Formats: sequence, structure tokens, C-alpha cells
Amino acid sequence: MAVLIGFLVAAALLLHPFGYPPSEMDDYIIQNTQSETGTNNAVTAVVFDYRGFDTLGEATILFTAVTGVVMLFRKKKKEEG
Amino acid sequence: MSKIVRSMASLLTLFAFIFGLYIIMHGHLTPGGGFQGGAVFASGVALFVVAFGSDYLHKSLKEHNLSALESSGALVFIGLAFGGLAVVFFYNFLVGSPIFGHIPPSGSNPGDMWTAGVIPFMNLAVGLKVLAGLSAILLVMALATNVAEVEE
Repeated sequence: MAVLIGFLVAAALLLHPFGYPPSEMDDYIIQNTQSETGTNNAVTAVVFDYRGFDTLGEATILFTAVTGVVMLFRKKKKEEG
Repeated sequence: MSKIVRSMASLLTLFAFIFGLYIIMHGHLTPGGGFQGGAVFASGVALFVVAFGSDYLHKSLKEHNLSALESSGALVFIGLAFGGLAVVFFYNFLVGSPIFGHIPPSGSNPGDMWTAGVIPFMNLAVGLKVLAGLSAILLVMALATNVAEVEE
């Protein structure tokens, strides 16, 4: 418990300061989206290009959901009921 | 449903379909994209099901056709991802090529449909997948409730 509390306090103290992003990824994407992907919409460029693998996972989730629902609501055969 | 609801729904369903397809095709220019446009299209299908009943829709549209459409959308998406495998998975290999290859000027610009390389195709594939998947869910659930009402 003391370890957990110590970890949480340390994590809270070591948070990035608000307003000073240590990562330059956002600036990179804003500046280079149009020249690298030719896309005006930076969000779509991130979703389908820079983070395409995430979108593949999203599509897989949707596919699994549809498969589950269609399996759940399939018609029963007469002799079973 | 009554004749008023049916005639209004048959009008508005077409607008929902067109708006959904517009959001899918302009995903690389304006807010939106495949997921959002597919959801708008599927809401048009929901309006149709509410107004006309799922049996009417089921005469011309079977759920296994929708499942096939969804799977083909997923396959096109993964195939496009493998198309860039010469550099890296999900590489945008069509930028600068004759197909959707224009590069817009940096900063604000009026927008050009013929840009963004492989992203419009991916939007189209994901949009097809989402609209077919959500329509299949709607159709199957509506049919299931119909059967329950008949049995009671």
C-alpha cells in the first residue's frame, strides 16, 4: 500500500507541466500533414495514415460486434423450438 | 406507419444516404470520414426500417448480402494497407502519383478532391464496412423483434 501511494504521488509530481508539451509530435503533424499525405484534414490523415494500425483495430472491433449481433439474432430452426 | 410518415421518410432517407456518401467521399477535406459517414448512412436505413417495417426491407435486402459487403470493405482496407508494404505497413503510396496524387499548398486552401493518395480509398472502404455493418445490425435486430411479436 505504501508502495502504491508512493508511486501515485511520484507519478502526480512527475506529470508533464501543463501547457508545455514535451512531445513535438503534434507540431510535426500540423506542419507536415499537407506535404506528406496531401490531406487538408489533419484528423483524417492521423486516423488513416499516421495511425492506420489503430484504425485497423477499430474496424476489427466493429466487425466482431456485427458478427456477434448477427449470430445472436439468427433464426432458430423449427424443430428446436 | 401512416401514409404521412411513410412519404416523409421515403424523401428524407434519400437525403440521409446522399449526406452519408458525401461525408465519406469528402473525408480528406472536411470533418468526417468513413466511420461517421457510414453511421449517417445507417441512420437513413434506420429511418426506413421505422417507417416501412423490416419485412419490407428484407424482401430486397438480405443480411448476408450486407455481411458480404462489410467483409469486402474490410478486405479492401487491409489490402490497401498491404499495398504500402514496400516501405512500411499503411504507407501512403499514392501521394504524388496520377491517382489522387495532387499535393495541396501548405496552409488554408479551398480544397481539391483529387488529393490525399490512398486516404479516399481507405475512407470508402471503411465507410462501406461501417454502413453495411450497422445496417446489418439494425436489420437483424428489427427482424428479431418482428418474430417475437408474431409468436405472442
